[in-house]
Amino acid sequence: MTTLLIAEHNGQQLAPATLSALTAAQQIGGDIAMLIAGAEVTAVAEQAAQCAGVAQVLVAQDDSLRYELAENLSALIISLAGDYSHIVAPSNSITKDAMPRVAALLDVGQLSDITGVLSATQFQRPIYAGNAIATVTSLDDKQVITVRAASFAKASAQGGSATVTSVAVPAGSGLSTWVADELTVSERPQLTAADRVVSGGRGVGSKENFALLESLADKLGAALGASRAAVDAGFVSNDMQVGQTGKIVAPELYMAFGISGAIQHLAGMKDAKVIVAVNKDEDAPIFQVADYYLVADLFDVLPELIEKL
Amino acid sequence: MRESMEFDVVIVGAGPSGLSTAIRLKQLNADLNVCVLEKGSEVGAHILSGAVFEPRALNELFPDWQELGAPLTTPVTKDEVYLLKGEQGEREIPHALVPKPMVNDGNYIISVGNLCRWLAEQAEGLGVEVFPGFAAAEILFHEDGSVKGVATGDMGVSASGEQLATYMEGMELHARYTVFSEGCRGHLGKQLIERFNLDQGKDPQHYAIGIKELWQIPADKHQPGLVIHGSGWPLEDASGGFFLYHGDNQQVMVGLIVDLNYKNPWMSPYEEFQRLKHHPLLAQYLTGGERVSYGARAIAKGGWNALPSMTMPGALLVGCDAGTLNVAKIKGTHTAMKSGMIGAEALAQVLADESKAWDSTFAQLFDASWLKEELYQTRNFAPAMHKFGTLLGGAFNFVDQNLFKLPFTLHDTSLDHAQLLPADQAPKIDYPKPDGKLSFDRLSSVYLSNTNHEEDQPCHLVLKDSTIPTGENLTRFAEPAQRYCPAGVYEIIEQDGGPKLQINAQNCLHCKTCDIKDPAQNITWVTPEGTGGPNYPNM
Amino acid sequence: MKVLVGVKRVIDYNVKVRVKSDNTDVDLANTKMAMNPFCEIALEEAVRLKEAGVATEVIAVSVGTSASQEQLRAAMALGADRAILVETDEVAEPLHVAKAFAKLMEQEDIGLVMLGKQSIDSDNNQVGQMLAALTGRPQGTFASKVVVEGEQVTVTREIDGGLRTVRLALPAIVTADLRLNEPRFAKLPDIMKAKRKPLATTNFADLGVTVKQSMRLDRVDVPSVRSGGVKVESVDELISKLKDEAKVI
Repeated sequence: MTTLLIAEHNGQQLAPATLSALTAAQQIGGDIAMLIAGAEVTAVAEQAAQCAGVAQVLVAQDDSLRYELAENLSALIISLAGDYSHIVAPSNSITKDAMPRVAALLDVGQLSDITGVLSATQFQRPIYAGNAIATVTSLDDKQVITVRAASFAKASAQGGSATVTSVAVPAGSGLSTWVADELTVSERPQLTAADRVVSGGRGVGSKENFALLESLADKLGAALGASRAAVDAGFVSNDMQVGQTGKIVAPELYMAFGISGAIQHLAGMKDAKVIVAVNKDEDAPIFQVADYYLVADLFDVLPELIEKL
Repeated sequence: MRESMEFDVVIVGAGPSGLSTAIRLKQLNADLNVCVLEKGSEVGAHILSGAVFEPRALNELFPDWQELGAPLTTPVTKDEVYLLKGEQGEREIPHALVPKPMVNDGNYIISVGNLCRWLAEQAEGLGVEVFPGFAAAEILFHEDGSVKGVATGDMGVSASGEQLATYMEGMELHARYTVFSEGCRGHLGKQLIERFNLDQGKDPQHYAIGIKELWQIPADKHQPGLVIHGSGWPLEDASGGFFLYHGDNQQVMVGLIVDLNYKNPWMSPYEEFQRLKHHPLLAQYLTGGERVSYGARAIAKGGWNALPSMTMPGALLVGCDAGTLNVAKIKGTHTAMKSGMIGAEALAQVLADESKAWDSTFAQLFDASWLKEELYQTRNFAPAMHKFGTLLGGAFNFVDQNLFKLPFTLHDTSLDHAQLLPADQAPKIDYPKPDGKLSFDRLSSVYLSNTNHEEDQPCHLVLKDSTIPTGENLTRFAEPAQRYCPAGVYEIIEQDGGPKLQINAQNCLHCKTCDIKDPAQNITWVTPEGTGGPNYPNM
Repeated sequence: MKVLVGVKRVIDYNVKVRVKSDNTDVDLANTKMAMNPFCEIALEEAVRLKEAGVATEVIAVSVGTSASQEQLRAAMALGADRAILVETDEVAEPLHVAKAFAKLMEQEDIGLVMLGKQSIDSDNNQVGQMLAALTGRPQGTFASKVVVEGEQVTVTREIDGGLRTVRLALPAIVTADLRLNEPRFAKLPDIMKAKRKPLATTNFADLGVTVKQSMRLDRVDVPSVRSGGVKVESVDELISKLKDEAKVI
């Protein structure tokens, strides 16, 4: 059993998601080769060689891979695929674009966004927007897999000493051309992509009081969210609503202030890794899902938190 | 100018009565151009009923329903009636003492939602146009005052009334006859009753709220075909009763019906139902089970004495929109279907022969039907319960229904919404906290109804006077909407140092209780954008 | 240019799924089904292309049981000219669907395929990419803007951290993201007209597609429920827990 792991990187750094996918690859078992594809990736390849448990680093460096366009990246992976039983990648907008192509060209199915490895061919993955967890067995002779990074701990980026080999890059297809990138520049991260979310409910009391939450969010580098009650009360705009009819978030840290925790709200944030709730009502349902909760007036807690963080 | 479409008959509401009307019309004359509008996202999405179903009307509509695959799979095998004495005790009423209309031999435990899904398939097979997702928002009239048809609501209008990018103007549906089958307290039916004085000389309509849950229970506790009815605890000041039916697939339907003439403004039908499930008689089946769905719907239970005149120029009112439920049997589906079938027979006659008078054609067919006989015979049942309470009323009904047909009529002329006592003159009720196993909070219940409304649309719960909820309703009655609404739509919150009414219209289950019970009759339920509302499966 | 639109019948997004008590699957009995919301967006884009004179015909295609006819009729009410059902009683995997679409692309001489980026039931996010690979055509996934000019289509894609614009040679495959457009409501007369629009039925065998099962669904579980956590008494205690125990700040 051998695994080809497709690394996520930005040209300079190996992304942390790669280390989570590495953990998944280790759980599958067997030798692991990591593929670094891009236009200039020498520095990344060096980092990859340090990662624990990686036997070999394959470097595919070519201008046609600058934007890792799916047509070109999948052709590269296919050119290498023959040697591997598993082709694994952290799930991101590059691999979501390219990996199903790899599967189709290999005439196998793909396991998208796995959250658990049960054996080399049996995996868990969320379906119905995470409202159910499917256990599936791949019946193919090769497994093409994308990994939900948040579900796996990061493997160590140190202690390895992989060999680094350059690989040939197939010619670009020419059917698809990059035109432009327009990356979001924002002081505050986007709600659905943020690692930390600070959220307020009706208990915040007014539009003006939300400024307090903003200060905390800025302090933490967090996105700002709200419950439907806060949106209905006119404190914040609709696009900040977290919940069943709003945005679904799964940050590392979710801090809820003055949110009672109606099930519609919980549906939007229950996958957060750590939930903190502050509410003065000790029966607030949100306490049933919070990892840490504080029964207190949020107007006492917020200034203290902002000061002490 | 709105676009318009022409039909022979337009039917508003794809429930048992509307669909039976449509089917019978096409059976009688396949050339008729018939359409059914349904505000739910699909047929059945807004249907909620017990239900123990008496197949009499279905036998007439489709004698071969069994071969056609009608979803009647669980015959009633055992029928128990109880009087709950308190949190623990109960007394079973011997079969021989149960009023005859409450005996269920030959009946089926069904999901009326699924029955409607099936009826809609049959209707479409016969060529009826069924349009789910379209709410009839407005009645159209000819210059002579007769009903011309209905208009569907505009779609894509913002909360503040502006046209959004997705704006779509409503459409007019013109018909030779329009049939209103919206169910209990239909918002158009209500307007018609008033405009045409259809209730003149009748007792006021009486209502109840029915709250129902569907449970999946462990196989060893499941007794398909078992029907349990009862009354007594936990309802102390109010009349009503509960049901628990064992359907198929290990599912149990459990619910509580509370008459809306209750007096105590602190009363919460929702929480009465939640605590009811802890009674050992019910808990023995539900413990270890999982709640699958939740919903609520008002019931028109005035019966014969409150039944308005069902015809008016160009239109017909059928089913619970008129009030054809047989309260003694606690069943309205077979009577609703029959009322639609009679309506269809009358319509087919007048459409074929325009010289025939509409009112008298319908009246003759109705008077000769078993529906009239059934409603007339049970006319005293609900007034007796109202007048004498559950125990004495029950005794009266046993005499009236099983022994003699008493030759007089009891009337109940009180108004349900006018019964509330001032909050300071009524005992507060301390409801137990939900345990999350048998009982639950309101919002997690609403979640299971799958209700949803496009958020950016005008509020469909219209206040005639926006000062009343925080004025008289709050000071005198502690705003009972906070408690009678089974979906937590109405909340009094503190804002800017004073009380404010928050209307969570997205939660609405379309049960119509607020339209009925508000003491100031200040809330008017109008149709939200089509497809809004619950998405009940198997209810 | 003919446009092929994929239409999948899925549970309505308003309806909460429930896992069956025997854990074999989710329970869909008598639940409201609807067109996958991303397919609806793809369809809307195709219809707008036709209204703009760019597309000549919009063909809605679904792979599924005969019940999927309901969604194909809905697609025609919303503007598709005709529909094709690839009928199967088995669960169609993304690769099977892509193979069927590839055959139809060839048979129908399709210039542009508009698909939803993923279906809200299986959440695979694969068909468009697989179809592009199988046909050797370029792809623009997660589209938030689509502009057809001559023999090319320019697609603005939603990627991590922002937007990326790519130019593709036609024929191409585009998958729709949420922000591409806001689908219209169907009109009553169009719903009636849709009943008379052509709906052809075919199947994998007739298309010459061999279906090989890649996945076996072993079981379906309810996601683990969070259990209530630790009550802290002060802000200091909270900060220290977040720092030392949870290690999230």
